[in-house]
Amino acid sequence: MAEGITEPAGEADLSRAVRAGLAVGLATAAYGISFGALAVSSGLDVWQASFLSLVMFSGGSQFALIGILAAGGSGAGPAAVASAALLGTRNGLYGMRTSPIVGPGRWKRMAAAWVTIDESAAVALAQSSPRARRAGFWVTGMAVFIGWNLTTLVGALIGDALGDTSAYGLDAAAAAAFVGLIWPRLKRIQAGAVAVAAAVVATALTPVLMPGLPVLVAALVAVVVGALNWLGTPEKDEPARTSSSGVAG
Amino acid sequence: MTLWQIIILASIACLLIKFAGYLVPPTLLHKPGPARIADLLTVALLAALIAVQTLGSGDAIVVDARVPAVLVAVVLFAIRVPFVLVVIAAALVAAGIRAL
Repeated sequence: MAEGITEPAGEADLSRAVRAGLAVGLATAAYGISFGALAVSSGLDVWQASFLSLVMFSGGSQFALIGILAAGGSGAGPAAVASAALLGTRNGLYGMRTSPIVGPGRWKRMAAAWVTIDESAAVALAQSSPRARRAGFWVTGMAVFIGWNLTTLVGALIGDALGDTSAYGLDAAAAAAFVGLIWPRLKRIQAGAVAVAAAVVATALTPVLMPGLPVLVAALVAVVVGALNWLGTPEKDEPARTSSSGVAG
Repeated sequence: MTLWQIIILASIACLLIKFAGYLVPPTLLHKPGPARIADLLTVALLAALIAVQTLGSGDAIVVDARVPAVLVAVVLFAIRVPFVLVVIAAALVAAGIRAL
């Protein structure tokens, strides 16, 4: 591993991907404590909080679900389910991008789909070589899965004792982590413009639509800009997009 | 619906959506149009999530300690501070402001 300056470029790529994955896993795990605590304070028991982190395993959907249940109780069930699913559709979109990275094999692909979330997709797609992308995907997915589930359990168990998790700045930490994930993608004007427009749309719609929907409507910005290729490079310049998608630093 | 029914239904829905993403033929993304849209979708969703997590509180827009914390994070990422340190710094800024 530690070969210093004689280290081949491929190994450097690989260790960078692994380090990024572990760092993201650590940061997300810290946030899992707040999910566990919030879930319990929303009326879920420890088993229910843990079930969500094990099976749903998608932070945005999980927070949306318990947020709506906390406000509306079981009567808000349909809205809570719809919000969680709508917020989870982006994982399906990530899956389209990470599917070629994972490669063939039914069980491997099922496991990969299970851990396909914002973090694993972002770390994987930010790497510059196929090997580093694969390593980044699995390390991040597994690190976040293990960390998120352990800290959900811990958070649920000690939630009452911990009190208000926002006092520890965990909500801000989660937003900052997403800033770090999007950062390498913003070098192109087109991506930067889409990011700003999507953020504005999501913010403007937050008071109007039910939780979960503003983020999905904001995604339409990408569909429109991407389909028309506004602010983009000419079509013939991008024949090999899946192997060099421009997200690498 | 009972609480358990809500939790199981929502969890299975989210899991099926993940599986569906892996059933779409990857060749769809070999065309420049769909590939570009998929790329930009990730950017748009992450940006929208940042906005909602920084400013949203249920269905209200709230400007609080999260805003300076995220701005600090942006500056630190711009000067290439490592990921974990930035995330910790953002948490400390928010916690510090709230402790005042």
